[in-house]
Amino acid sequence: MGEKAEKTAIERFKSEPLIFERSSKGRAGVLPPAPDVPSVCPEDVLPAGFLRGDIEGFPEVSEGDCVRHYTRLSQMNIGVDSAMYPLGSCTMKYNPKVNEDTSRLSGFSALHPYQPEELCQGALGLMHELEGYLCEISGMDAVTLQGAAGAQGELCGLLMAGAYFRAKGRPRLKVLIPDTAHGTNPASSSLAGFSVVRVASGSDGVIHPEDVKKLMDRDTAALLLTNPNTLGLFEENIMEIADIVHSKGGLLYCDGANMNALMGIMKLGDMGVDLVQMNLHKTFSTPHGGGGPGSGPLGVKKALVPYLPVPRIRKKGRRFALDFNKKKSIGRLKAFYGHFSIMVRAYTYIRLMGYRGLRRASEMAVLNANYMKERLKKSYHLPFDRTCMHECVLSDRLQTPKGVTTLDIAKRLIDYGFHPPTIYFPFLVQGAMMIEPTETEGVETLDDFMEAMEAIAKEAEENPRLLKDAPHTTRISRVDETWAAREPVLRWTGEKLKIHSGCSKSSRCKASRSEE
Amino acid sequence: MKKSRGFPYIPHTEEDIRRMCRAVGVGSVDELLDIFPAGLRLKGPLNLPDGLSEQEVKGLLEKISAGNSTTADYSSFLGAGAYNHYIPSAIDRIISRSEFYTSYTPYQPEVSQGTLQAIFEYQTLICQMTGMEVSNASLYDGASATAEAVLMARRITAKKKVILSSALHPEYRQVARTYLSGAGDGIEEVFYCTEKGTTLPEAVKAVMDNDTACLVVQHPNFFGCCEDVAALADIVHEKKALLIVTVTEPLSLGILRPPGETGCDIVAGEAQSFGIPLNYGGPHLGFMATGGRNSRQMPGRIVGQTIDRKGARSFCLTMATREQHIRREKATSNICTNQGLNALACAVYLALLGKGGLVELARLNLSKAHYLKERLAAVGVKTAFSSPFFNEFVIETEEPAKQPASTASQPSSTERFLKTLLKKGIIGGLSLKRFYPSLDRHVLVTATEMNSKEEIDGYAAVVADVFLKA
Repeated sequence: MGEKAEKTAIERFKSEPLIFERSSKGRAGVLPPAPDVPSVCPEDVLPAGFLRGDIEGFPEVSEGDCVRHYTRLSQMNIGVDSAMYPLGSCTMKYNPKVNEDTSRLSGFSALHPYQPEELCQGALGLMHELEGYLCEISGMDAVTLQGAAGAQGELCGLLMAGAYFRAKGRPRLKVLIPDTAHGTNPASSSLAGFSVVRVASGSDGVIHPEDVKKLMDRDTAALLLTNPNTLGLFEENIMEIADIVHSKGGLLYCDGANMNALMGIMKLGDMGVDLVQMNLHKTFSTPHGGGGPGSGPLGVKKALVPYLPVPRIRKKGRRFALDFNKKKSIGRLKAFYGHFSIMVRAYTYIRLMGYRGLRRASEMAVLNANYMKERLKKSYHLPFDRTCMHECVLSDRLQTPKGVTTLDIAKRLIDYGFHPPTIYFPFLVQGAMMIEPTETEGVETLDDFMEAMEAIAKEAEENPRLLKDAPHTTRISRVDETWAAREPVLRWTGEKLKIHSGCSKSSRCKASRSEE
Repeated sequence: MKKSRGFPYIPHTEEDIRRMCRAVGVGSVDELLDIFPAGLRLKGPLNLPDGLSEQEVKGLLEKISAGNSTTADYSSFLGAGAYNHYIPSAIDRIISRSEFYTSYTPYQPEVSQGTLQAIFEYQTLICQMTGMEVSNASLYDGASATAEAVLMARRITAKKKVILSSALHPEYRQVARTYLSGAGDGIEEVFYCTEKGTTLPEAVKAVMDNDTACLVVQHPNFFGCCEDVAALADIVHEKKALLIVTVTEPLSLGILRPPGETGCDIVAGEAQSFGIPLNYGGPHLGFMATGGRNSRQMPGRIVGQTIDRKGARSFCLTMATREQHIRREKATSNICTNQGLNALACAVYLALLGKGGLVELARLNLSKAHYLKERLAAVGVKTAFSSPFFNEFVIETEEPAKQPASTASQPSSTERFLKTLLKKGIIGGLSLKRFYPSLDRHVLVTATEMNSKEEIDGYAAVVADVFLKA
């Protein structure tokens, strides 16, 4: 084999063609059953103008081709099962395997949402019980499980806050949001019709009561706090802040994305929080699925219960029923009742862990984060040097003089076998690296990760090039994300890749740029 | 505290904890937690059950699930936005690969090419199915996708008024109202034709004005009727508004002309039919596709093709400047986590079925539903609407021999009809009274490849029995 041919074969191994490019006319991966009823011709029952022609480019592959294709794609991914995945604020904890079995029980998976209630008693009972567990863990009075993800649970809470003030006859149009908040907070707020007022964090990384006092007024519906916040710090002034918000008749909303630090240790409901969304795909071990599906239940205090979305689950004696008739409800957030099979996973997890296990999880999550922070602060800049919660935020300040940035450090971590942390967030910290180990990583893994981080810090001093060109061990090298946005190619069109001729030039350009 | 037996998902031994505490400089974990105000620390344990072994929990969940009876136990003729289709075995094997299901949103493309390429393929498949140019990476479900499409139409047209067909899924209409309640609703509904079961073009014409952002119709609609999308598109475009077509049964697109070819501007819908279990209503799979010029107004994640340093084709999340983590309050949507794994399932499903299988399966559904209609007609059951349908339609349950008008305490004829079937192991469809008070004798019935000829004959036989006795 000539050198060129060899190279092509290796290139072919490294990349996987698109399913469309694997297609050959006449292949099939699964056959529908032969009809056992008279076949109806579409032309006989539908007007000609309603019928479609050929679906151009639609794939035709055998089952084996299909399975190998997606198996090869899976090998180009890292999951929690393959490596430590310390994405800050994402709580990438290990997902117990039994969750996957229980959620797939046919008594759950084959249940149609419009079946008569008497056939769904198991499901309704499980949801009702899960609501109760989440109330207990968060310290709230009622929970709705309808939210499809954290952002939808959050939207639900904000719409409820809007409805609450409208019902009082004095609509409020503003919300206060700290500068460390997740992007969904302001996005959900404007979707719910609020204008956003930013609250600056203090130099110690937390919100100060006097700053809230200056901004809080009777036009402000709510303060949206994330606690612990995205710097991994506990908002220690929360009680005083809650008092200020409540004294103006406002509501305290808490983004519960970081609840993994609190279970069994403290309840948000005891801290004056009126609404909190929880993320079952973070705190309660349901898998992230490469970007969902998640689940975002919302817990509320008594005064807000009438505004919860419908349907509510009602217990009548030993029977459960869906209650659609709630006059003050904000309505529905999605069709049917929420992400039920995700709820089954979370329920499974809570029963596996029990009250002691949940508390232990939070304690170890906090211990892990502090253990890492203490050692890593010797080789990386730690903007807020104080006890952290379940995550800590470092920056690239010590590495930038060598031209090495957070992005380079993140990409180099991949070569050491770790998924990078969350980077460039929160915005408050320039070049942020937000590390959340979670409780499911043991001390040996943490030590390995920190050794890798220390080795990278050393490389940054001695051989920054190594970092600039990372990753070196993946099938593809560093991806040009800017190029993707310039002239977006968002689907396969059947055109042969033109980029192969033009791209080497472009990547050379990029390489020379980065050398400047 | 009782002596711990260890926690299978938490590796720390007591010795590990001591060592780590030393490294942190605290005497114990409790001391570490002293940063929390003492008044807020819980004094006692959470009022929850103690933990159980995996074996016990599995047994418990098996018991709970046995408290349900499902489409696997009954002959089900339910659809209405959630469809009972066969799911090929390969799908669960693929989506159970932990590299897929235990990964996060693909922020780091070098270690997420699997997810990214699969989503790129999914986007392409959705475009091919709908006849549109661009698709996003998924939305929560058909209902929220429709609501997002409405918000998108408002952004594109800079107009307020929104017209929903009353033949759009009632829960989708409710969700649209909820989503828009923050921005001043502005929603009007147009009635369907009581004879045809489709959106009345005259009614649309009457409410369309220059302030109208969009019309939303479902196709096939909630009653299963096929809408004349092209005719509605003309009316809508005359007023420089956008036509949103919602699809809840995308298998219909195996034979129906795609919305992209009939003047639709945004397609939103539900793709649960493509390889995703019913799951008591979720998680399912919202999708959205549109014309290329609208792509920057789309909500949600989008995967694009790009190159790596060495010029090799690769994929990454793109056009992030639309999104909440960059744009914050000015983002096109608040969505962050979407339905990644279900989008993968959808891609695998469509790839397996392929071009031939998709058309064949769609034809099979068409045949089953028409056979059901014929069998029911043979025993005297009338179909409510005259429009062509795909795999679901509305029947009237009133017995030919008029029953005395039912009172509040008496079950209605529809309830009796469905109860009788249920006793015979048949879930006979969805009573429409809850959503349409005027359709109090009406049931929406669906037939898919999962309903055998025997099941369909059985349905008709039970109905014949009821009618003969009446």
